Amino acid sequence: MSEIALQTVGLVRRVEGIISHTLINGIDLSVEKGEFLAITGPSGSGKSSLLYLLGLLDAPTEGEIIICGQPTSKLSEIERADVRLTKCGFVFQFHFLLPEFTALENVLLPMRAAGLMSARDMHQRAIALLTSLGLGEQAAKRPNQLSGGQRQRVALARALANRPEIIVADEPTGNLDTASTEQVFGILRDIADSGQTVVVVTHDAALAARADRRIHIVDGKIQETTFGGKPKSESAAATGAAIASS
Amino acid sequence: MATNLLLSIAWTHVSTRVRQTLVGMFGVAMGVGFTIMMAGLMQGSQIDFLRQLVDTMPHVTVDDERRSVPIQPADQEYAAVAMSNVANVNRRPGIRYPEAVMASLRSWLPGNVAPSVKTTAIVDHGGGKVGVTLTGIDPRLEVRVSKLATQMIEGQLGDLSKAANGIIIGQALAEKLAVKNGNTVLLAAGEGTQISATVVGIFRSGLKRVDEGQIYSLLGLAQTLTGENAIINQLRIRLNDPLIAQKVATQVEAQTGYKSVSWQEANADLLSTFATRDFIVLTVMGAMLLTSSFATYNIISTITHEKRHDIAIMKSLGMREYAVRRIFIIESMMMGSVGILFGWALGYLLCYAWSQITIFNPLTGATVPLQIYYSPMHYIASGAISILCCAVAAFFPARKATRVHPVEIIRGAS
Repeated sequence: MSEIALQTVGLVRRVEGIISHTLINGIDLSVEKGEFLAITGPSGSGKSSLLYLLGLLDAPTEGEIIICGQPTSKLSEIERADVRLTKCGFVFQFHFLLPEFTALENVLLPMRAAGLMSARDMHQRAIALLTSLGLGEQAAKRPNQLSGGQRQRVALARALANRPEIIVADEPTGNLDTASTEQVFGILRDIADSGQTVVVVTHDAALAARADRRIHIVDGKIQETTFGGKPKSESAAATGAAIASS
Repeated sequence: MATNLLLSIAWTHVSTRVRQTLVGMFGVAMGVGFTIMMAGLMQGSQIDFLRQLVDTMPHVTVDDERRSVPIQPADQEYAAVAMSNVANVNRRPGIRYPEAVMASLRSWLPGNVAPSVKTTAIVDHGGGKVGVTLTGIDPRLEVRVSKLATQMIEGQLGDLSKAANGIIIGQALAEKLAVKNGNTVLLAAGEGTQISATVVGIFRSGLKRVDEGQIYSLLGLAQTLTGENAIINQLRIRLNDPLIAQKVATQVEAQTGYKSVSWQEANADLLSTFATRDFIVLTVMGAMLLTSSFATYNIISTITHEKRHDIAIMKSLGMREYAVRRIFIIESMMMGSVGILFGWALGYLLCYAWSQITIFNPLTGATVPLQIYYSPMHYIASGAISILCCAVAAFFPARKATRVHPVEIIRGAS
């Protein structure tokens, strides 16, 4: 039986206000370790909201998120931050690199924040990551000296810095040209193949089709699940629901 | 969270935003510099005034009177009966056995004591009459208890012994009566005694009320004017440390029974005014430092606003809210620390520049430099208050900025 990296049970995210709005409406999902999951859906369907919930950037109104076997609904904000730091790696549509820091310093940031390695080891790992992503020569450059694709690869290196179990990417190729898109997506594929779980939100159906599984969200619910490009009725959502009822 | 990381981020922010950093530092430097100048100037003038006051008058004065009215024999003998129209019995004027008292005091006093006769007189010169306090002194002992000898601008203290009925008067009195050294004036005492006296010296203490209302003579002349030969009605004590005068006065009074007044007690109203003045000065200085910290507040507000994406990403990466907040507080304190160093230098230079300015006092006729008091406490206090103000000024915008949910910023950017 494969290991579950990420699991949601009855996940609901509701925004209260003058007009209440339900962003996520009862999603049960289970993502295996090393799986590449793509989340698609029209604008406003709730795919980014789901991603932020999965990465503990946002807290659900109801339901549970289990990351590497650890339930998170009762964690304090500090504990959630610690989980984000050590178990999740984020990549956003905009690279969100710190502009005053070099590529190397940006990659070092999560490692220095976690403080789990010696300075030498951190430096070696950061260089190794940048080199593996084809940025060895760009380590000393600041974000404004890099191309869009290079910036996004630096952001990927930063996301991978603390060896997280899960990489969460929100439209990581949304601002890239075709060549850079191919490159970044290829890297994400490689990351998943190496055993890390990758969850990606994308509008690009062709890219989503290259994921191990694709879930299509409409109005905060999973409308369709496709495995390896083929729709299957026995979706991961059903797996999540089964766990919830057990 | 590693402090090195926070320091590194903070340093990167301040070092890459040179203009903002310089403005922040300039604000702090101005606040600290002017605070030090104000403190030095205010305390300098106050200390100078007190020094003149302390130099001019005895530190402790022992008078031939009791602090409380002595119990009258009628009250003592017939306590249960109401008495009226019975004359009070007053003690004989003067301090009894003054030589013995002085010898006793000298055995333990951390200073010196000299006898004097204090009375009031009217100085009459060419029809001009001024009421003064006449103090009869022993010139040999006087040098041990007052700075009169060093305040002489014409003649010497010893000249009192060289002329018959010699007196030393203040410069302001001399100008008021148009008296010159060597002139003869008429001294009239309360008992109706009139004596012709020769001005043998002129002094200037710097205090107008002293220079205009105080004259000195030998003990004998003062005794003649009081009509009490061989009387000593005042002992004047000068201490090595003027600040212990109050304690010594209490001890002397307990020992001798005579009313002993320290210079602090004699000038209690003035010192009370100084306390109020100190409070006002401290309030103004605090306000200056607080105002200077508003520059820091504005800059940190701007930085946190500009850095909201960075804040969001740092929080999303897993950095804790308080750690991110600390970055901006550290930035503020970095700016503040360097600003304080410049402020110290500015404060010192301002103090030095001000000390070069001389002011003409039309009352005393003297041109004196502005008195500046240099104290490490001014630097330490202004620095400490300023760094605290910087931290507080940064805390609020930093807290506001770091409380924002990262998703709101990330969504906004998307």
